[in-house]
Amino acid sequence: MNLTLNIWRQDGPEAPGRMVTYQLADVSGDMSFLEMLDVLNESLITKGEEPIAFDSDCREGICGMCGLMISGNAHGPVTTTTCQLHMREFHDGDSITIEPWRADAFPMIKDLVVDRSSFDRIIQAGGFISANTGSAPEAHSVPVEKRKADRAFEAAACIGCGACVAACPNASAMLFMGAKVTHLGELPQGQPERYARVVKMVAQHDHEGFGGCTNTGACADACPKEIPLDVINTLNRDLRGALGRGR
Amino acid sequence: MSETIPTPGTPLAADAAASVDGGLVHGLYRDGDKIADTAAPAGPIDKKWTTRKFEAHLVNPANRRKLSVIIVGTGLAGGAAAATLGEAGYHVKSFCYQDSPRRAHSIAAQGGINAAKNYKEDGDSTHRLFYDTVKGGDYRSRETNVYRLAEVSANIIDQCVAQGVPFAREYGGLLDNRSFGGVQVSRTFYARGQTGQQLLIGAYQALERQVAAGTVTSYTRHEMLELVVVDGRARGIIARDMVTGEIQTHLADVVVLATGGYGNVFFLSTNAMGSNVTAGWRAHRKGAYFGNPCYTQIHPTCIPVSGDHQSKLTLMSESLRNDGRIWVPKRREDCEKDPRDIPEEDRDYYLERIYPSFGNLVPRDIASRQAKNVCDEGRGVGPKVGDFRRGVYLDFTDALKRMSAEAVGEKYGNLLDMYHRITGDNPYEVPMRIYPAVHYTMGGLWVDYDLQSNVPGLFVTGEANFSDHGANRLGASALMQGLADGYFVLPNTIRDYLSHAPYPAVSEDHPAVVEARDAVQRRVDTLLSINGERTVDSFHKELGHIMWEYCGMERSEEGLRKGIDLIRSLRAEFWRNVRVLGAADTLNQSLEKAGRVADFLELGELMCIDALHRRESCGGHFRAESQTEDGEALRHDDGYLYVAAWEFGGSPDGGDTGIPILHKEDLVYQAIELKQRSYK
Ligand SMILES: Cc1cc2nc3c(=O)[nH]c(=O)nc-3n(C[C@H](O)[C@H](O)[C@H](O)COP(=O)(O)OP(=O)(O)OC[C@H]3O[C@@H](n4cnc5c(N)ncnc54)[C@H](O)[C@@H]3O)c2cc1C
Ligand code: SF4
Ligand code: FES
Repeated sequence: MNLTLNIWRQDGPEAPGRMVTYQLADVSGDMSFLEMLDVLNESLITKGEEPIAFDSDCREGICGMCGLMISGNAHGPVTTTTCQLHMREFHDGDSITIEPWRADAFPMIKDLVVDRSSFDRIIQAGGFISANTGSAPEAHSVPVEKRKADRAFEAAACIGCGACVAACPNASAMLFMGAKVTHLGELPQGQPERYARVVKMVAQHDHEGFGGCTNTGACADACPKEIPLDVINTLNRDLRGALGRGR
Repeated sequence: MSETIPTPGTPLAADAAASVDGGLVHGLYRDGDKIADTAAPAGPIDKKWTTRKFEAHLVNPANRRKLSVIIVGTGLAGGAAAATLGEAGYHVKSFCYQDSPRRAHSIAAQGGINAAKNYKEDGDSTHRLFYDTVKGGDYRSRETNVYRLAEVSANIIDQCVAQGVPFAREYGGLLDNRSFGGVQVSRTFYARGQTGQQLLIGAYQALERQVAAGTVTSYTRHEMLELVVVDGRARGIIARDMVTGEIQTHLADVVVLATGGYGNVFFLSTNAMGSNVTAGWRAHRKGAYFGNPCYTQIHPTCIPVSGDHQSKLTLMSESLRNDGRIWVPKRREDCEKDPRDIPEEDRDYYLERIYPSFGNLVPRDIASRQAKNVCDEGRGVGPKVGDFRRGVYLDFTDALKRMSAEAVGEKYGNLLDMYHRITGDNPYEVPMRIYPAVHYTMGGLWVDYDLQSNVPGLFVTGEANFSDHGANRLGASALMQGLADGYFVLPNTIRDYLSHAPYPAVSEDHPAVVEARDAVQRRVDTLLSINGERTVDSFHKELGHIMWEYCGMERSEEGLRKGIDLIRSLRAEFWRNVRVLGAADTLNQSLEKAGRVADFLELGELMCIDALHRRESCGGHFRAESQTEDGEALRHDDGYLYVAAWEFGGSPDGGDTGIPILHKEDLVYQAIELKQRSYK
């Protein structure tokens, strides 16, 4: 198939950005979206133009490194990561717009690459269980109810890609944060720090410049790992619980 | 030179076969001194680790903050070590090339992690896990290290559970586990198909907790490009900030490399796009021995290549072989047909035919090689890649009849969906196509019992070291090794090294530091100034093709010699004709790739030399000249019962790779008896 690609180009954090149009011929439906960009980049280099910078690593939908706004949809038209999106979802003659994640808390680096280190800082604030190496009890000493274990697992599937933020009209990271709070809060091991965790993470979230949640649900629609919206309820419940406890 | 094909049962001795001319063996390398000591303590195998921990000197907690540790890599091996050493109070600097430590390629592991917990009371024990790992590695791993690995395995599960890793559980609330990769006991712990992700997130969270505590400084989007060696000791690294392009010097008392595997030398592999050998290769150029570089694991169940655009290959868990049946058409004429139209009697279920007792569950190396064989015979299926169709059917039709679609979906749904998404074919209706792909590298930097390389102060952990897996790795044991090294082994052994610290202060103006920094700068400048005709990827693809063809699943002396010649001329062309656009002082992904491919072009040659010198079939690699009458692998314990540790033979900073020097570490088995593997 032949495609028209409108791609955001920006030389650096301070440089002005612009949309540039490229024509790409003979795209196969078996290509992944990023392989399609690889092919475009090879042709740009051959012509002496600088290739388009974009992030990816595992290309298996699990590391969370990739992420593009594709014609207005975070990770494109189907529920998956950008690297697992395949060109058979598109048609001959399509025109596709490709932009980076846009959010104040994700500063621009170059072209389609942004800085998501604010996510790491939210985890630093409290997204962990304090268990020094060597201090762990025998694994079977604490059984976990299967229902809770399953819910923890479902929330732990978050890959930290940032699509939820990019899709949210307020650029809020509540789904990302709710996923972590739910994962750790469902488990017995996570109880001692449960309330302190949520307070510290939310404070860091706000400090990083992520927006507030207005329950649009756009985040869960965009999430490639189908993190359910109710993790945000869990987060809010724990936050109220913490404030009630005067933390 | 002439080739002698050994007759079965009368192995050919190594020295008789090697031609030595002007000090050069096979015209390619020199023999060096043997490695006499691996630093393992004396005593019975089950007491060695306790002895070592006791004998390792202690470091006063008050002094730890003054001692600095550089850890390159944030996968299971590096992330776990950085968190643990941070908790102990050392001053840790942690590096990764991704934008977050959480994205290291450990994240992609699907199947599970082994541990000798014996929760099922099915006869598992430390000794059995030790035995299975040594046997699985085809008796080419170091007994003492493997025993310790099995010994600490149970602690790993405890640690991960305490961190909140959501392993699969039974209804009673206790941990579930399964049998995996052809072993007879249930010792594999898992978190659906996302075990690596969950283990890594556990280590990552522990690491970020130490960042918050101020013990660990995290350097993301930083790539190590050189090792700094001062007065014979590893004292730091030169790294490039991948966003600003700044070339930085980081100095410390000790350096740890936990930089993962080098499967991307084949271009197509199941590794991440950025996986590379640069950190290890730069250390090798500075004196660190490279152990068994040719030991590569080729995984049988990957999604086949669909065309020239392919950038990587995707693994599908080998658990699929538990219920899927593998076949190709008996006749070449049928290969283009719709598989559903090929009647039962025209199908060749070749694994079930050749290995009636193990059938579709033969070990990875055997399943991979037989898939290649039937495709080489022209009986492969799927699109033609070059002259051949490279694929075999993995058929769930029988399982669907036997178990119902729901039951199959429950067990394998996420894998079947992934296959559907990538190929566009629905495996509930049409048999899947699979083909082997490069997956793991057992080779890596040589280390002793303490995980220290021959360069004092340089420790190497995880897939980056030559590892505990001998010539073939068992499923679910790489995650175990990464976390064993990171949480439990390294923190104890590095303590002993640090107890002799602080080492004399090194300034950034020290000639060795300046030299390393200048070398990095020169390389960046050179790569940007060649301005030739070909893209970096085109060189990488060509190298990958050479490696797969001549140093892949089946190797021969003739092929390897050809491969070496081709790599040498490709490398020369690279430095003459590569085109890297853009500037040094911004994010420049072509420049990053160019540096990695330049190192792969040197490693590839050493892999071929190592493969050529090892004239035996063993584990993951099959040597055409060394097979039994019915075409099975033939190992030669009389000639090759050793680790090949290669010393770099060129000048450390010059362009040339020189003549490598081979140091042999004899493998001594005291706790285990040597046997030929048989799966018939
Ligand atoms: C698809 C797949 C599935 C697998 N499934 C299983 C399984 O089920 N069970 C199992 O036991 N094993 C499995 N394995 C193998 C296992 O996942 C790996 O061997 C293991 O995770 C490697 O861990 P590591 O910590 O050594 O390296 P990695 O996790 O690869 O980490 C390497 C780190 O080094 C950093 N790095 C590398 N080079 C540089 C540099 N020059 N400068 C700075 N940083 C650098 C990277 O940023 C990264 O942080 C699988 C592997 C793959 C590819
Ligand atoms: S919640 Fe979903 S969209 Fe948000 S970071 Fe996690 S995986 Fe990505
Ligand atoms: S590249 Fe890893 S999730 Fe897309």
